[in-house]
Amino acid sequence: MNELRRAFLKNAGAAGALLAAAGAGLLKSGEVFAAAWNKLAFSSNNVTDAMKNANYGGAIESKDIMLKVPDIAENGALVPVEATSNIPGTTSIAFFVDKNQYPLVADFDLASGTEPYISTRIKMSQTSLVRVAVRAGGKTYMQSKEVKVTIGGCGN
Amino acid sequence: MADEMKMRATMQGDVTDVKVLMTHIMETGLRKDPKTEKFIPAHFVNHFVATLNGKTVVDAQWGIAVAKNPFINFRIKGAKPGDKVAISAVDNLGTQYTGETTVAAK
Repeated sequence: MNELRRAFLKNAGAAGALLAAAGAGLLKSGEVFAAAWNKLAFSSNNVTDAMKNANYGGAIESKDIMLKVPDIAENGALVPVEATSNIPGTTSIAFFVDKNQYPLVADFDLASGTEPYISTRIKMSQTSLVRVAVRAGGKTYMQSKEVKVTIGGCGN
Repeated sequence: MADEMKMRATMQGDVTDVKVLMTHIMETGLRKDPKTEKFIPAHFVNHFVATLNGKTVVDAQWGIAVAKNPFINFRIKGAKPGDKVAISAVDNLGTQYTGETTVAAK
């Protein structure tokens, strides 16, 4: 399984092409949604670029964000994550996994009547920092925690 | 596949807790078919929108690392029993997925 994984890492370019194709497919049906899919951010392959391209660049660490993740995930294909922001005026919550090939996992825009809380399940390819970034009042904040992964969930 | 969305919206005090479980393969495009040695094409939900009585409450963009059969839990204020919570999602191949439920008193 690990050999396969190495093979795919070598072929990262091919994977990028696939993602580009994915973005093209979206254009047909994206009208219902407020904004076009942020292909740039979702195909960034390091966390700094991904955060910048998702408009969370320069996020400052904040203790007012609660990130609940397991210390150890036995299965990287299914890692529960839960984020709560106690920062007033929180308008969006995004999740990043530093060591995934494409760190941006999901970006949730929240209307004013929505609690600054999201719980979901994500995939992790290996042990990594998991970050949650929050936008509130035009500023960005973040919190992170490490999750140890015993079996990876992306591409193997 | 299009109708395979399970939803529950329950009042918890003055907040409505909404849980959504979708059926979707969430294929990353990074995995190889062990027989053919070719990449399995990406197939994943990339937009997810939730509405309360037609008004958007959550508007999300997803990448390939949302887990298979996505589960989402969020909470909305100002809803009351009988209100309608609806989900509209689309994947990278353009397939639409919708779900609707009514807010239940606890």
